[in-house]
Amino acid sequence: MKIRVTVLPKPSVLDPQGVATADAMQHLGWKNPGRVRVGKIIEIESPGERPDEDKLHAICRDLLSNPVIEDYTFEIVES
Amino acid sequence: MKFAVLRFPGSNCDQDCLRTLRDTFEVTAEPVWHKETSVAGYDVIVIPGGFSFGDYLRCGAIARYSPVMTAVREAAQKGTPILGVCNGFQILCESGLLPGALVRNRKLHFICRHVHLRLENNTTPFTRQGTIGQILRIPIAHGEGCYFADNDTLDTLEQNGRVAFRYCTEDGAITEDANPNGSVRNIAGIINENGNVLGLMPHPERACESRLGSDDGRLVFASLIEFALHSAS
Repeated sequence: MKIRVTVLPKPSVLDPQGVATADAMQHLGWKNPGRVRVGKIIEIESPGERPDEDKLHAICRDLLSNPVIEDYTFEIVES
Repeated sequence: MKFAVLRFPGSNCDQDCLRTLRDTFEVTAEPVWHKETSVAGYDVIVIPGGFSFGDYLRCGAIARYSPVMTAVREAAQKGTPILGVCNGFQILCESGLLPGALVRNRKLHFICRHVHLRLENNTTPFTRQGTIGQILRIPIAHGEGCYFADNDTLDTLEQNGRVAFRYCTEDGAITEDANPNGSVRNIAGIINENGNVLGLMPHPERACESRLGSDDGRLVFASLIEFALHSAS
């Protein structure tokens, strides 16, 4: 089983990494890349049973993301 | 009078805190490894700066789940003063012992220099020897020190005097230029609802001897020692 968790800064939080990355895209000739946010992907490959949805949400909310500043989504890539 | 200085893998200001407490203030201070499950018998708990667990995932996110933090949470509920400096502040926010979060500095740089702070509340165990409006010169050293919280949280903090320190100019003005990292409302340090947990990004333990450029940080430790002596008597 493979689960992929995506964590991104909330739109209301200043993301200086995203701003710097957008600036660099302009150096590559993309004149107006718009808003860029830099987050992280956490991939979990587990030989065991898949936790239920509530448990997965709890793991994402309490450890993998900080709900004050970040949003998360997860997808089951392989079941 | 006994101080605990927590030590996580990657803590790197624990020795600074221990040395300051032992040599400058001549109190007993002991390191406490993060796997300990008790902090009983300590009058004050210090969570020092550093890069606990390599700042993996987010600063303080993994330290929050160390066994010692359960004991710290219980001590916080009992009213024991808990001082989190820099990474210690980040750990307290991740633990939910303080509201908000610390994110990447506005201009991305790691900043290591002295800044000016204005004392906003002198009724806490950490600041009782100070005066409101007093200006302190204390160093910062962080890459993720930009304090963030939503407006409702910020208003609650302000209304209850829970902003303990703000970044200011040399003259005490709260300006954008005096804000080194983009923290909302120039916030450098906050306390919890009961006033016994303080998180601050600047390092008072690095500013307790004039030969280090400033001894303004003494205020925090002298206040804590006075508070602990007062509580014990």
